[in-house]
Amino acid sequence: MPGWKTALKKSFPHTLPVLTGYLVLGLAYGVLLRLRGFGVGWALFLSGGLFAGSLQFVALGLMTTVFDPVGAFLLAFMVNARHLFYGVSMLKPFEDAGRCKPFLIFALSDETFSILCSTPPPEGLAPKQFYFWVSLLDYLYWVGGSVLGSLAGGFIPFDTRGMDFALTALFVVSFLNHLEKAAVKLPMVIGLLSAVTCLLLFGAERFMLPALGLILALFILLRRPLIKMGGDEIQ
Amino acid sequence: MTTLQVFFTVLILIAVTAALRFLPFVLFGGSAHAPAFILYLGRYLPGAMISLLVVYCLKDVSPLIGSHGLPEALSILLIIFLHTWRHNTLLSIGGGTVCYMLLIQLVFHTQ
Repeated sequence: MPGWKTALKKSFPHTLPVLTGYLVLGLAYGVLLRLRGFGVGWALFLSGGLFAGSLQFVALGLMTTVFDPVGAFLLAFMVNARHLFYGVSMLKPFEDAGRCKPFLIFALSDETFSILCSTPPPEGLAPKQFYFWVSLLDYLYWVGGSVLGSLAGGFIPFDTRGMDFALTALFVVSFLNHLEKAAVKLPMVIGLLSAVTCLLLFGAERFMLPALGLILALFILLRRPLIKMGGDEIQ
Repeated sequence: MTTLQVFFTVLILIAVTAALRFLPFVLFGGSAHAPAFILYLGRYLPGAMISLLVVYCLKDVSPLIGSHGLPEALSILLIIFLHTWRHNTLLSIGGGTVCYMLLIQLVFHTQ
């Protein structure tokens, strides 16, 4: 196993798209917090403790109206239920992560997940080294961006509109990489069909839970054919 | 809301999110203890989740209003082209992002 420093050098380039996207979005988030009267302490608390971008943005509304603990609970569940599915996906890859494991689980964002799932660890690195650095760097980009936005209040010397598209681009490229690499493509079709169907039926704000449900239902229904296609290491 | 109430609201968000993240690992403690069905899901879910993520990050794009989703569609086409051609992740993502920025800042900025 090479040193952790070498691992950092080899892992860093893979996080560049996230660096771009998280810094821009994190800055915007810090500015929004400040506008609502929440200073740098809150930026650290939310971005560092919660580390869930979409929920943090949606929850801004919740933080400035009447106290609604049940609403907070439901919102967090609705927006983040997909993390249950990430966890199930990473049970095996994270198995040998040792002391890093709790952090890897805590810091698994959409973007980190999509990198870890679609990119084989760089030549010579132990998987856990790659997992650790990608997770930690992505985490620091988000926390750093939020804190900076909160302190500097949106002072960026050039037009950043559209820069957050780096994250969409990352998902598209992960999709293409996975499409090329995966022996069985049916799961990708299941995900795409479920998501698009539920988006059309329920709309952008409410499609996540039904989409996850539909994915699960299809996986139950198609278990035999899928296992057969995948060549059966699991009964 | 008082500051204390905001604090509790955020704590609830943190607790629920952390629970969702840790639950699979707490329940199945590593794949050695997981039932066959969970292992089966773990093996095939990533593909489905990556597809879901692509839709998720485009969920607010509407083909009916504004720029009709054209900047997104064109940039994604460029990403697919670049990635098929050179297969360089950073080039594909960088190219797609710059294309999107130029489109929304210079071409579709009136909408």
